[in-house]
Amino acid sequence: MATTITELLKKNKAQLLDSWLQKQLSSESLRDDLMTNDELRAQSEELVNALAEIITEENISQVDSTDYDEVFEILSTISMSRARQGFTPRETGLYIYGLKEAILDLLQQQIPNDSMQLFTESRKLNQLLDNFAVITFETFIKGREEVILRQNDEISDISTPVIQIWDGILALPIIGTLDSSRTQVVMENLLQKIVDTGSSIAILDISGVPAVDSLVAQHLIKTVSATRLMGADCIISGIRPEIAQTVVHLGIDLSNIITKASLASALKHAFGMHKLTVKRADTDKSIR
Amino acid sequence: MEKIPILRMGSFLLVTIQVDLYDRLALTLETDLINMVHKTGARGVLIDISAVSIVDSFMGRILGNIASMTRVLDAETVVVGMQPAVAITLIELGLSLSGVYTALDVERGMSLLQTKLGPNDELVDDDADDTE
Repeated sequence: MATTITELLKKNKAQLLDSWLQKQLSSESLRDDLMTNDELRAQSEELVNALAEIITEENISQVDSTDYDEVFEILSTISMSRARQGFTPRETGLYIYGLKEAILDLLQQQIPNDSMQLFTESRKLNQLLDNFAVITFETFIKGREEVILRQNDEISDISTPVIQIWDGILALPIIGTLDSSRTQVVMENLLQKIVDTGSSIAILDISGVPAVDSLVAQHLIKTVSATRLMGADCIISGIRPEIAQTVVHLGIDLSNIITKASLASALKHAFGMHKLTVKRADTDKSIR
Repeated sequence: MEKIPILRMGSFLLVTIQVDLYDRLALTLETDLINMVHKTGARGVLIDISAVSIVDSFMGRILGNIASMTRVLDAETVVVGMQPAVAITLIELGLSLSGVYTALDVERGMSLLQTKLGPNDELVDDDADDTE
């Protein structure tokens, strides 16, 4: 009697699902904090049903056949949602390999005597499920990348505040690396704020910029020139000693830009340009 | 033919550009303005471009030219009221208009010219503009 893996799968669907779930529940990679057991069961059942439905003797060896599109879809959904829920790659991988283990167990039970057939069938199964695992991984990584991209967007949205620190004086603390898209956002925000508030001095604080290379410097110079075109002066502050060293080593000319070591000294300079003075109140009288 | 009016205010000339500057209009403006500076002996030129929303490299160059030409005739040029989008475009085009003074609005441009040329106009120092 020739029992094939496809027949076995179709006949023993329920048993397979149970043994797979058993494996998942006893495995150390079970994350019942991220997903309830009922959800897990529903997810696994969907996958087993689809697989048993689709698999035939013809397409089992053609792993990239279009017949499997539905299974791929389910795998992608599972993998994507796992990536978002915060599963590790290992846990997601073990989930699919658990299915392979379960089917292999089933094969061993059902084909007890014919080792040759057992070998052929498991080989087919290996091929198919390894391909599934690869797809799961690919989508998992894609899901993670989407998360990273979204976070990037959010960071660049929130990380360019333009603050009015005095009448006619704006400050713009830059946190993180300046790339071209971010420079664009920074520039637009700053110029718009200059128009809105009628400020004539902008302080660009770069103490939060980890490194300044020639590209970042070029972006800074661009921002300063655009501010100047609007009719406002721009001061760059928060230049750390390392940054001063790099700038000189790279031969970047910042000599026609006002640069200050700290935000405080930039503010002082700005006060000077506005002909403002800050002085201590007369303590003798006011405190007593 | 369309022309951009040049108004005289004391020793300054005021040009308000209300339309989009196409090339011929810009060239006419350049000629008219330089003639006017020569005729009136103006010491400063204010160009208000707050209504200009589209700019190209040609117009950027014309602004730079006007500034250099008036400087030859011993007058300073201040461009006022540039829109943020225009400023970004000019920078992206690589035109930083380094010889041109800029101010946020006409009022500030006027006081900038006055401080530059006012009581001690023979001591005007081109390099001291950033720090005042």
